[in-house]
Amino acid sequence: MTLLHIENLSLSISGTPILKDISFSLEEGRILGVIGESGSGKSMTAFAIMQLMPSGASTTGQLLVDGLDTLNASENELCKMRGNDVSIVFQEPMTALNPLKNIGEQVAECIMIHEPQTPRGEALNRARSALERCELPESRFPLSLYPHELSGGQRQRVVIALAIALRPKLLIADEPTTALDVTTQAEILTLLRRLVQEDGMGLLLITHDLAVVADMADDIVIMKDGEIVESGDTAFVFQRMQHPYTRALYEASGHIPERTPTQSMSPILSVKEVVRDYRLPRKKLFAAPEHFRAVDGASFEIFKGESLGLVGESGCGKSTLTRAILGLEAVQGGEIRLNDAPIGPGHTMGPEIRSKMQAVFQDPYGSFNPRHRVDRLISEPLHLLDSPPAGSERSDVISNALREVGLSAEDQFKYIHEFSGGQRQRIAIARALIIQPDLILLDEATSALDVSIRAQILDLLAELAASHGLTYLFISHDLSVVRSITDRVLVMKSGKIVEEGATDQVLSQPKNEYTKTLIDAAPMLP
Amino acid sequence: MAHYVLTRLLSLAISLIVASIVIFALIEIIPGDPAAFMLGINAQEDTVAALRSELGLDASPVARYFEWVGGMVTGDFGTSYTYRTPVTEMIGERLWISLPLALIALALSTLIAFPVGILAASRRGSMTDTVIMGFTQLGVAIPNFWFAMLMVLVFAINLRWFSAGGFPGWDEGLVAGLKALTLPAVSLALPQASILARVMRSALVDTLDEDFMRTARAKGLTRGQAIKRHALRNAMIPVLTIIGLQFSFLLAGAIIIENVFFLPGLGRLIFQAISQRDLIVVESVVMLLVFAVIVVNFAVDIAYAIVDPRLRRQA
Amino acid sequence: MSTYRNLVFGGLLSGVFICAALISFLWVPYDIEALNIAERMRTPTAAHPLGTDHFGRDILSMVMIGARTSIAVALVAVGIGMGLGVPLGLAAAANKGSILDELIGRGNDLVFAFPSLLIAILITATFGPSAVNAIIAIGIFNIPVFARLTRGSALSLWKREFIMAARVSGKNSLRISVEHILPNLANLLIVQGTIQFSLAILAEAALSYVGLGAQPPTPSWGRMLADSQTMISLAPHLALAPGLAIVFTVLGLNLLGDGLRDIFDPRLRRGRS
Repeated sequence: MTLLHIENLSLSISGTPILKDISFSLEEGRILGVIGESGSGKSMTAFAIMQLMPSGASTTGQLLVDGLDTLNASENELCKMRGNDVSIVFQEPMTALNPLKNIGEQVAECIMIHEPQTPRGEALNRARSALERCELPESRFPLSLYPHELSGGQRQRVVIALAIALRPKLLIADEPTTALDVTTQAEILTLLRRLVQEDGMGLLLITHDLAVVADMADDIVIMKDGEIVESGDTAFVFQRMQHPYTRALYEASGHIPERTPTQSMSPILSVKEVVRDYRLPRKKLFAAPEHFRAVDGASFEIFKGESLGLVGESGCGKSTLTRAILGLEAVQGGEIRLNDAPIGPGHTMGPEIRSKMQAVFQDPYGSFNPRHRVDRLISEPLHLLDSPPAGSERSDVISNALREVGLSAEDQFKYIHEFSGGQRQRIAIARALIIQPDLILLDEATSALDVSIRAQILDLLAELAASHGLTYLFISHDLSVVRSITDRVLVMKSGKIVEEGATDQVLSQPKNEYTKTLIDAAPMLP
Repeated sequence: MAHYVLTRLLSLAISLIVASIVIFALIEIIPGDPAAFMLGINAQEDTVAALRSELGLDASPVARYFEWVGGMVTGDFGTSYTYRTPVTEMIGERLWISLPLALIALALSTLIAFPVGILAASRRGSMTDTVIMGFTQLGVAIPNFWFAMLMVLVFAINLRWFSAGGFPGWDEGLVAGLKALTLPAVSLALPQASILARVMRSALVDTLDEDFMRTARAKGLTRGQAIKRHALRNAMIPVLTIIGLQFSFLLAGAIIIENVFFLPGLGRLIFQAISQRDLIVVESVVMLLVFAVIVVNFAVDIAYAIVDPRLRRQA
Repeated sequence: MSTYRNLVFGGLLSGVFICAALISFLWVPYDIEALNIAERMRTPTAAHPLGTDHFGRDILSMVMIGARTSIAVALVAVGIGMGLGVPLGLAAAANKGSILDELIGRGNDLVFAFPSLLIAILITATFGPSAVNAIIAIGIFNIPVFARLTRGSALSLWKREFIMAARVSGKNSLRISVEHILPNLANLLIVQGTIQFSLAILAEAALSYVGLGAQPPTPSWGRMLADSQTMISLAPHLALAPGLAIVFTVLGLNLLGDGLRDIFDPRLRRGRS
């Protein structure tokens, strides 16, 4: 029987069209992948199915959920449907749970709402077994735990537990693993697959990641700007790739920029036995505070002209190490040297050393002071020079930097909000380039971008490395990006570097157990 | 939890000690000798000296500070310079007017503000919301003592429902006492209720936009159920902060309102004491009020921990 | 349209009183130091639009000059609060977790334990009542308000990546505070400033009412209300003019603050609709 039937659905919010004439359907026991980049309307489709749309939304067309016409259903009917027949798992597990209620209560609430005659103890028992099905056994995860006591992946399991507590017929998962690490992502996807099999639910899996759906979905729908561009059986769609957008998306996902690796044996940066301890808040009033070792004896070198990857999951210490290398934080042991000069916060590091190293950060929106114009933004590092260029010399330097990253000289007179995410990341690269550094740290610099934009930025980085003889330290959680742009790679876990070697070799024949787990967990395109 | 309470208690103690030093030091640098002031200009040198030693004013400041603090800990606030009666007694009498006044006003403002704020937030953007917000905007702008004067004009002078001021004493019965405190409490409470209602509304509106509210709706809770079960407790966190701050404003407000209604509370006492240079009374009453504020803020901190498990299990 | 309603209405309302205060320096309808017992306690007439008080002084002139007192006291007090509180908050945020941060935090807590009226009482008991002491009392109370606000907002800015970028460019924390943090707090501070300004007007009125503020013969709204109280059954209009002046000024400033916030922070504006 058809579980979800959408026909000619259009949706607009305050007059702006978001969805245009969408049609697809989903049968019981099947997994349908909905793929699209940001702004494609894929999440809004999920909200429309649940009828949890922002105010000002209006819809036309037909939307049948297990026979119920949700566009015309009463609020009462919808409340009965939500959580009972249809459940949803959202992207952000860190904020999806009420911080003030324990996990047992939150899962049991689902049951008590839909079956009010259930005694509390009975509801808690059922909550317990739902959590157990989601691999949160009571022995290790008692119902009395609060969300803040769980990791992101564990919280997502709680969200899934409350979604499946009443064994719904349809489960919607909206980017359920985007906020999670790759190994956690693999576990959550396996869990979802198992639940679909056990309960015979239909699963609507919404994601931006082609590789995730390729692994899991029976059918896929590819969306762009609120329209469906291609749909059908997964294997068939991947084989045929009829629509140019599908092809572009596919190519961008596995894009490898052209680069010529340069071999050099002169180290530009050396990290020796670096240790970084954090003091934890006191647990007891009069006890000495405990310490957390974020970086634990890390050692490596970066050679001139190479591109080195640093891979690890969240909390592995790679961000801390990055800040230490940038000379923003003191280290408790070991030393970091750039061009043989010591690195450290404050006066340890003169401007002439600092000017040899720049960074590009993850968030294209948070990386710029919104009150400054682009010329001021990208010329900030010039502050490190003894006599910064002024007047026409300054505007030449700025125009040049902008042109090098594929923007126009005119863009220096604009403010940052006038640019898209990809353009902002180009501006961030221009800011790093302007002082002609030897080494650029790219801290998750492409992680926040859509795949097609990411491919363009990777190309730009490869080009600049060739033309300027730049050295990169590429910090990322994303193996596919590291694979495409680095010569060597370091794998970091719990503050230690557990494996090091040529990228191709490490990724194809990992020696370390953890590296193997990472590689196995990463979803692959067919 | 124990660790949390312990650290809060420690910070309470430190605040009290520092506050007492500040108050004592300020009173200490007041020019003029209370003994000379009390005896008038024509007093003999040796009479003043005798009074000074009788009042304990000839000891060193440090010794007097410790005597003052030591006395307060045992409930002995010293002896009034002017009336020669124990300050503890004077304060005790007046506290039974000021404290009920502040507490009734606090209860009243909370009772009004909560439903009003919740109603406005849950009907955000509606006519109800606009009207409520308009009234609270006005309420915030009205000085409480002026509001009190208007209340006297309407309810005491024109309608004669209440007396315009004074206090019959609790001996006259609970009803008579409460009746005398009604107008003062209402005029204290209404402007405060406006502030609290606005805070309640904005805290709730912020909470309604949280992700977990979407989760609650996706579980099948109605809008009302979701607000009741998930939003209210989360919105209480900022509201508690304001209630803590409000208590100190209510105490200060009570001092002023007592003047409007001629209530013989701590407010009247402190102004009399200032004009008579009865410094021991001034410093004791100020210390008592500061003590009340600090203790209420400690209670608010504990309330945070009861509401929010993240604080409770911090340790 | 409704975005600007608060701003325009609030601006006009508070503007009227600010103008009245400014005009009073050049001209008032009557000399308020000249007593005219024959004309005392008049209800509003064409010659005295707001009536006269128990000394026969023109209430309109008194309210105009009273606006001057209120606004001057509030302006200086908020100036003290901002001038000291903002740098303290910036310093605390730039040195988060340091002893300086801890000291500033403790100091804030301590001042919050003394409502401005208690500070005024202590200062008055020490130095005697005057407008200057009222300014100091209200000003001291404003310091932690701005220090806390600045620290909290600055801390979240310090976590942003553009601050990281500035640090990578070798800028020290003082320079970053001035160049990057402060300009991004300006909107917030302006909004809080208007709110504190209105609170200061209320506080000044309360202090003057209990005789701890401006001393006679300087007219102030709070004193006018205190004077009118004994005659409230005979001449209620005496209590009306200064009271409404306070309400309208404070209301105007609050609306202005709301309007500014709506414009500065589009996120909040969306939340309202």
